[in-house]
Amino acid sequence: MTTLTPGEWQAIWLTAKLAGLTTLILLIVSAPLAWWLAHSTSRLANPVAALVSLPLVLPPTVIGFYLLIVLGPQGAVGGTLEDLGLHHLAFSFWGILIGSVIYSMPFTVQPLREAFATIDSRLLDAAATLRAGALDRFFNLVLPLSRSGILTAVVITFAHTVGEFGVIAMLGGSIPGETRVVSIAIYDLTQALEYGAAHRLSAILLGFSFVTLLLFYAINQRVMSPLKPR
Amino acid sequence: MIEGNLTLTKGNFELQSGTFAFPAKGVSVLFGRSGCGKSTLLRAITGLDAGTRGHLSFKGQRWQDAAWHLPVPQRDIGFVFQDAALFPHLSVRGNLAFAARRVPSGRADDAIDSIASTASRVGVADLLDQSVTTLSGGQRQRVAIGRALLSRPRLLCMDEPLSALDWRAKAELLALIDTLARETCIPVLFITHSPLEVERLADRVIFMADGRIERIDSLPDALARPDSPLFDEEGPVSVLQGSLQASDEPGLAAFGNDTLRLRLSLAAGATPSATRLRVLARDVSLDTVQPQCVSILNQLPITITALHNTGQDRVTVVCHLADGQPLMAEITRYSCQALALTRGMRAFALIKSVALME
Repeated sequence: MTTLTPGEWQAIWLTAKLAGLTTLILLIVSAPLAWWLAHSTSRLANPVAALVSLPLVLPPTVIGFYLLIVLGPQGAVGGTLEDLGLHHLAFSFWGILIGSVIYSMPFTVQPLREAFATIDSRLLDAAATLRAGALDRFFNLVLPLSRSGILTAVVITFAHTVGEFGVIAMLGGSIPGETRVVSIAIYDLTQALEYGAAHRLSAILLGFSFVTLLLFYAINQRVMSPLKPR
Repeated sequence: MIEGNLTLTKGNFELQSGTFAFPAKGVSVLFGRSGCGKSTLLRAITGLDAGTRGHLSFKGQRWQDAAWHLPVPQRDIGFVFQDAALFPHLSVRGNLAFAARRVPSGRADDAIDSIASTASRVGVADLLDQSVTTLSGGQRQRVAIGRALLSRPRLLCMDEPLSALDWRAKAELLALIDTLARETCIPVLFITHSPLEVERLADRVIFMADGRIERIDSLPDALARPDSPLFDEEGPVSVLQGSLQASDEPGLAAFGNDTLRLRLSLAAGATPSATRLRVLARDVSLDTVQPQCVSILNQLPITITALHNTGQDRVTVVCHLADGQPLMAEITRYSCQALALTRGMRAFALIKSVALME
């Protein structure tokens, strides 16, 4: 196996940057959303849950297509940005970042929602009587008690974003350093019949995915055991 | 005083407390059958349910008014849940520190000082660095009580804290709660459906049924009615006030006051209340003259104040002891007629020492 070319390194770095930022944004956005979904009795809860889960069933091309329309130069978001003298978001890193956030959202929201829903409400009541306000309870009780759910969300979201292809292909194309992530690079290399390079990157993704999942199961088992309610 | 009138609907259950007022002092027990709304009322009083309506004030401070309510963290309430509700990700020390760290500086006082002294007070000093998931049921409740105390509450609420414990842990914790309530002078609201716990702890009893407060009685008044809801299949019960004293007689302890002295035979491991003695009416016999040759150790002069027929050919005889405390005896109607018992009559109550174990 020969060493990686600068272009391949660029694709790997871009993929890591995209997956890392996606995970970070999703954690911040999904925590309040998952809390609301876990505890709301509102009629809106089910439609919102369905909306968040759409990427699980829709072909990535459908999401990519609609995002291309909305974020492109004629779209509601892209057009507005153009009017403000900025650049539209199709075929850009920020565009595929938005696409990744939407596409991976169910993988963050679902584990968090489950973790939040299983927290014994009496623990929160007890904390309230001990003078812990809502934010205090969230940071000092809900988050530590949800750590296995948060870990699940982080690992699955990161890995899922690394494995993303369709949305990026539709929305980002293949611009080196901007939108050409590993999965796109593999596709391009295969099209160009450069099987040696395609082999290298594919093997890296395969190894990464397996090791990530392995780590996840090992850690999850250990983190969860002392937290099992008696 | 704790006064108010609260309503709360939860699913199909409706709490309509009715107007109530009772002193914020000593131990007030919420008593009633399962499902009568004790826990719902306690949650409404603590403010843990946002759907609570009505009004409530605690020692003159407004806690609830129509839909407005003082947030729970500002009410200075300590709450001990049935299952302790300890934070599983923290050690025993972590749980206690969670409470101590959040006490506003204005509420610090000397009655409850450090985590270490509180831990030894509730008997968990040796467990401070353990994970709470490794504790027994009794230990968990001790930590929960210590945690509630460390938050320096103005009101201590306990929702059936003993119901999940074995009899020995139950007896030990009853004694602990009794001692803490007297020593700290923090008013306690205690939920139970066990008459025994009422008789051990209560200063007053809040009787509940079908989601409302039926009546609020002092413990002596609650026990004075022969049909009191506190009397279960064991029949009527009297609670004598006094103190536990050492006794020279082997295997026996003494209980009483200046004019009253009873001897009890303690079972191994028993933790008797230091201030109260529970006497089942069916364990009390009566005689018109003081018997001379009988194994029964306790022979107390009494005056009969009332006779109640309690069905099945039984009579509950209400008596006064020499110091004025009421004592009830349950005897057959046959015996009552044979002895020709009447109101105002002087007689002797006989109680076997082994019947006095709790």
